[in-house]
Amino acid sequence: MRQFHSAYWLVMGVVLVAVAMIAIANGPVSVPLGAVIAALRSRGDPTAIAIVRDLRLPRVVLGALVGAGLGASGAMLQGTLRNPLAEPYLLGVSGGAAVGAVVAFALGAIGEAAITLAAFGGSVIAVFVTLAVGRTGGRAARGDLRTLLIAGVIVGAFANAVIMVALASAEPNRIRGALWWMMGSATDATWSRVAWLAGSVLIVGGAVIYWAREIDVLALGEDTAVSLGVDAERAGRRAFILAAILAAATVAAAGLVGFVGLVVPHIARAMGLRAHRPLILAAAMIGGTLVVAADLAARTIASPIELPLGAITALLGVPFFLIQLRRAS
Amino acid sequence: MIAVEDLVVSYPAAPANAVDGVSFVSPSGKITALAGPNGSGKSTIVRALLGRVDIVRGKAVIGGDDARSMTPSALAQRVAVVPQREDAAFPMRVRDYVGLGRYPHLGLWRSPGFDDEQAIEQALTQSGIEDLANRTTDALSGGEWQRVRIARALAQHAPALVLDEPTTFLDVAHEMAIFELLASLARSGLAILLVSHQLNLVARFAHTIVLLNHGRVAVNGSPNEVMKADRLESIYGWPVVVTRDPAVGAPALVPLRRPLRHELLK
Repeated sequence: MRQFHSAYWLVMGVVLVAVAMIAIANGPVSVPLGAVIAALRSRGDPTAIAIVRDLRLPRVVLGALVGAGLGASGAMLQGTLRNPLAEPYLLGVSGGAAVGAVVAFALGAIGEAAITLAAFGGSVIAVFVTLAVGRTGGRAARGDLRTLLIAGVIVGAFANAVIMVALASAEPNRIRGALWWMMGSATDATWSRVAWLAGSVLIVGGAVIYWAREIDVLALGEDTAVSLGVDAERAGRRAFILAAILAAATVAAAGLVGFVGLVVPHIARAMGLRAHRPLILAAAMIGGTLVVAADLAARTIASPIELPLGAITALLGVPFFLIQLRRAS
Repeated sequence: MIAVEDLVVSYPAAPANAVDGVSFVSPSGKITALAGPNGSGKSTIVRALLGRVDIVRGKAVIGGDDARSMTPSALAQRVAVVPQREDAAFPMRVRDYVGLGRYPHLGLWRSPGFDDEQAIEQALTQSGIEDLANRTTDALSGGEWQRVRIARALAQHAPALVLDEPTTFLDVAHEMAIFELLASLARSGLAILLVSHQLNLVARFAHTIVLLNHGRVAVNGSPNEVMKADRLESIYGWPVVVTRDPAVGAPALVPLRRPLRHELLK
C-alpha cells in the first residue's frame, strides 16, 4: 500500500487549477493563458473577458463542482456500504432524477429551473423509495446496509421503465432535449446554476466531512461499528441520505455524468488514503479535475460538434476501471 | 464485569425465544465461556450486549449499569467486542486498523494524542503483533488477522472483552496461541466473555462455562462440573465420552462414532 504524503494535496490542487486554466483557455475561440489571467481580473480585451468570465468560467466551475460532488458521494458510499463497486447512481438517484427531468420535458416544461427542480425532486423521491424498499427486508436485512444497494438497483430499473414510457409517449421534438440531458452536459452553465450547486455542495459536503470519521468505523462492518460506539443503522442511513443528496444536486445541475462517483474514490485510495475525511476531500478534488478535463474533451475533440459529457467520463472511466480490476486480481 | 440478568430476546416470526431467561456473570480477571450447540442463543447474547437486538425482558449490566441506559460510546468504553464476522472492504495498515479502536474515546473530531498512541502500542504488544504494524490487513494469515482484531478491541481500553468464536478456521497452533493470549489478558484483569464451540479448549482455559441449550442455561459451573458425558450427550444429541486430558488433567470431550459406542458398552 502506498504511503500518502501531504505533498499530494499540493499536487492535486495544482493539477486542478492547471486543468481549469487549460479548459478556460480552449474552445471554439482560443484565448492565450496570459489573456485568460488578465480577463479573470477583468482586464484586457472585452471579448476575451466576456468569453472567459461569462461562458467558460461558469462552465468550468460547474464541472468542478459536479465532479467534486460525485467524487465525495462515491467515496462516502463505498465506505458506508463496504463495496468498492458502489456508486451514487446505483442508489436510484440517477433514475429518479432522470424520471423527474424526462417527465418535465415530456410535459413540455420550459426553463432550466423547472427541469433542475424536477430532476432534484425526482432523485430525492427515488432515494426515499430506495430507503423504504431497503427496509422491507425485515429486521435482519434492515441491519444490513447492503440491502440498500439491491433496493437502489430495483428502484433504478423501475425508473428506467417510467423513462421509456414517458419518452415513447412524448412529442418527438421534446425527446431530444430529454435525451441530451440524460447524457450529461455542462453546456448550460450559468452563474445562477453554479451558485445553486455550489451552495448544495458546500452545505451537504460540509455535513459529509463533519461525520466522515463515522464511516471509517462503518467500513469495518455493522457489528464492529456498533462495538465501537457507532449507531450503525442511524449513521449508515445518514451517510446514505447525504451522499444521495450530494449526487442529486449534481444530477440536477448537469444531468447524468457516469463513472466519476465509481472511479474517483479508487484513485484517492490508490494514493494511500483510507481515513474518510481526507479520502472524501481528495475524491472531491480529483473528481472536479476529472470532470473539468472530460468537459474540455467533450467540447473540443469533435468541435464544432459537442459530445455528451457523460459519454466522455464513461469512455475514460471504463478502461481505467478495467486496469484497476486487473491490478487487483 | 458483565452480568446478564434474566435476559429474554426473541426474533420476530420465530416460534420460541432465542434467549429465554438467561442469567450469568462474567467477572474481572476470569475467562467465562458461553458454549452450547448451534442455535442455542450464544451469538444472540453477544448481540444483546451490543444493543443489536430488542430485549424483551431482563438486562445486561456492564460495569454496574444497564447497557441500554448508556450511550453507544460510553458502552464501547466499558466493553470491547470482537464480532464473529468482519469483512473489512478496503485493506489498510494494521496500525491504522488497531487505531480505530480509539474511536469511542476520540469521537468525530478529537485528533489522537499521546494516550491514544500509547494505547495502540500497548494493544500491539499485548497481542504480540508489533512486527505486523506496518503490514496491510489483506496480507495477513487467518491467525494474524484474529490477533489484529483482538488488538483493535484492546486499544479500546475497556475493562471487559467479548469474543464471538475467535478461533474458527484456525489451525491448532494458532488456536492455542489465541487462547494463551486470552488467558494472559484475563490475568491482567480483564473480564473475558468467550463464545466458543471448542469445548476441550474452553475446558482447559475457562474458569467458568455457561452451557446453553435452546436459549436457556443448561448448566453453569467449572469445567469439571459442566463436562459430564450424559449431559453433553443429551444437549448435543450425539454420543460422547468425557475423558481426562492426559497432559493437564482437564476434562476432555470425545465425540464417538455411533457403532463404536455399542462396542464400548458391551
